[in-house]
Amino acid sequence: MGLYTLRRLLISIPLLLVISAVVFTLLQFTPGDPLDAYIPPDQVLSAEQRQILKTDLGLDQSKPVQYFKWLGRAVQGDLGYRIKNGQPVIEELGRRLPPTLLLMGLGMTVGVTLGIFFGIVAAVKRYTLLDNTLTFLAFLGISTPAFLAGLLGMYVFALKLGWFPAGGYQTPGDGGVMDILRHLILPAMILSVTYIAILMRYTRSSILEVLFQDFVRTASAKGVPSYRVISKHVLRNALIPVVTVIGANVANLIGGAVFLESIFSWPGTGQLYLDAIDSRDYPMIMGTTLMLAIIILLANLITDLMYGLIDPRIRYS
Amino acid sequence: MTATTPVKPEKVRVKTPGSMALKRFLRHRLAVVGLILLGIIVLLVVFGPLIARFGPDEIDLLNRNQPPSGAHWLGTDPTGRDIFARTLSAGRVSLMVGLFSTLVSVVVGTTLGALAGYFGGWVDNVIMRFVDVVMTFPSIVVLLTLAAIVGPGIDKTIIIIGLLGWPLAARLVRAKLLSVRELDFISAATALGANDRRILLKHALPNVVDVLVVFVSLGVASAILTEAGLSFLGLGVQPPQASWGNLLSSAREINILEAYVWQWMPAGLLIILTVLATNFLGDGLRDALDPKAKQ
Repeated sequence: MGLYTLRRLLISIPLLLVISAVVFTLLQFTPGDPLDAYIPPDQVLSAEQRQILKTDLGLDQSKPVQYFKWLGRAVQGDLGYRIKNGQPVIEELGRRLPPTLLLMGLGMTVGVTLGIFFGIVAAVKRYTLLDNTLTFLAFLGISTPAFLAGLLGMYVFALKLGWFPAGGYQTPGDGGVMDILRHLILPAMILSVTYIAILMRYTRSSILEVLFQDFVRTASAKGVPSYRVISKHVLRNALIPVVTVIGANVANLIGGAVFLESIFSWPGTGQLYLDAIDSRDYPMIMGTTLMLAIIILLANLITDLMYGLIDPRIRYS
Repeated sequence: MTATTPVKPEKVRVKTPGSMALKRFLRHRLAVVGLILLGIIVLLVVFGPLIARFGPDEIDLLNRNQPPSGAHWLGTDPTGRDIFARTLSAGRVSLMVGLFSTLVSVVVGTTLGALAGYFGGWVDNVIMRFVDVVMTFPSIVVLLTLAAIVGPGIDKTIIIIGLLGWPLAARLVRAKLLSVRELDFISAATALGANDRRILLKHALPNVVDVLVVFVSLGVASAILTEAGLSFLGLGVQPPQASWGNLLSSAREINILEAYVWQWMPAGLLIILTVLATNFLGDGLRDALDPKAKQ
């Protein structure tokens, strides 16, 4: 297990390097002087001062050298300053991360729980009206992009029914846990829709594949009650590949969160990212890109590790 | 046994792979529904200019924000343009972006996948590691960042979406070719002296068509969603040219979302219907053409 973990950890390092190289390359195509990213916008520097800073940051050297210098600064958390308000990029990121994690955390928890639950129901009641309905709804779920689900959800549940506030993080002057939760529920539920749909379909087909194997028949034949056959024999085996699907869709989750944060004025990383894109705030865009990429990479890594943890067969491979 | 009645040659029903696939497809009810639905949407969108009573860009300041009526079937927008005409015109753009960007993915993916699958060895290694990297990439993040850098426009949108979608095509084509190249007819072609180019183009590649058909149908669905997302954020297709995504973009303003439902709902429903139909179709095609594949 230790060796496996170590190997997975080591594999993600070159990937991280590649991603950072891509971000750096993209950075080269952005208009404007890259030096401006490192000068707080309210400061006016003379030509000599600019030259000194340029040499200091290594911006007068060849691209590969520049890349490693940039990487060195990025590793230490120096991602430059926002063009918009002169705040250090890293501080903005730190401030906006918790709301995003809150939104994604709840969305993912609900998505995984309901997705697997409906998948089991559909598989157990296979080829019935219930199964067909669930399968159809799952198709509907994967065919509805997050932003559209967000608009529809906001229209119906916030504006027409008035069950939830129409966006925002908290009511001014309140801001208690319950208040934040009330604002959180609707976007988180909508975020979970895609997850539910994907996981339901996958769980269903994964169970159906296990259901007709010999050991399941043996268990039934020796008189194990059917709920125990499902919970102990079938699920144990069927849910292993589902873990991969959970991890592989974290990228989708982040994509959904970006759109939903914008629609619901949720003050997280996604909204920050879109603001940065709107105002062509390149240091901010690149900082966010790098951070989101790292989150996705971490998610993949955790998935791999979980996979090794729950499936004993994979341990020594 | 006096007269010999001429024996009519009985029509033999040959089960070709094609007819078997067609049978499997038709048995897939949702797929047939998807095909019909998609057909209707395409017809509507293509012949939109003949059906609509107004041009998609005709401004009529005296009839702003009108609700649906006999004259304007789906009402008008803040500058009095006819929503029905705009939604259909947007559909042409959205479907076109979906289709062409998928074709970009197919061309790039097939080329690289074919090289990897047919030649194997280090070519395969280099290409597939590259595919791995692109696939682990957070595509939405790269997509938005790229779109922010290159700027909006139909052609750029097509290329960006296409260039992010090819890795799956490459994988599918490679996997298919790996098995095809071991088959006897390839050895036969080699024995007859055909060169690599000929074998690859004439003998091996025709076998990947069924895989690609499935890829295209599912790829178009996801490309339409991507375009809609980009244009919704103002990074894809730009007004005045309407697309389903940028029609929805007006609903980011909460009063339009609440008070002028007809301005954004039709585009939203058409996106869902089109993608749903395409997904049904793709699912059915996969069952029909590739019965062994699991979903």
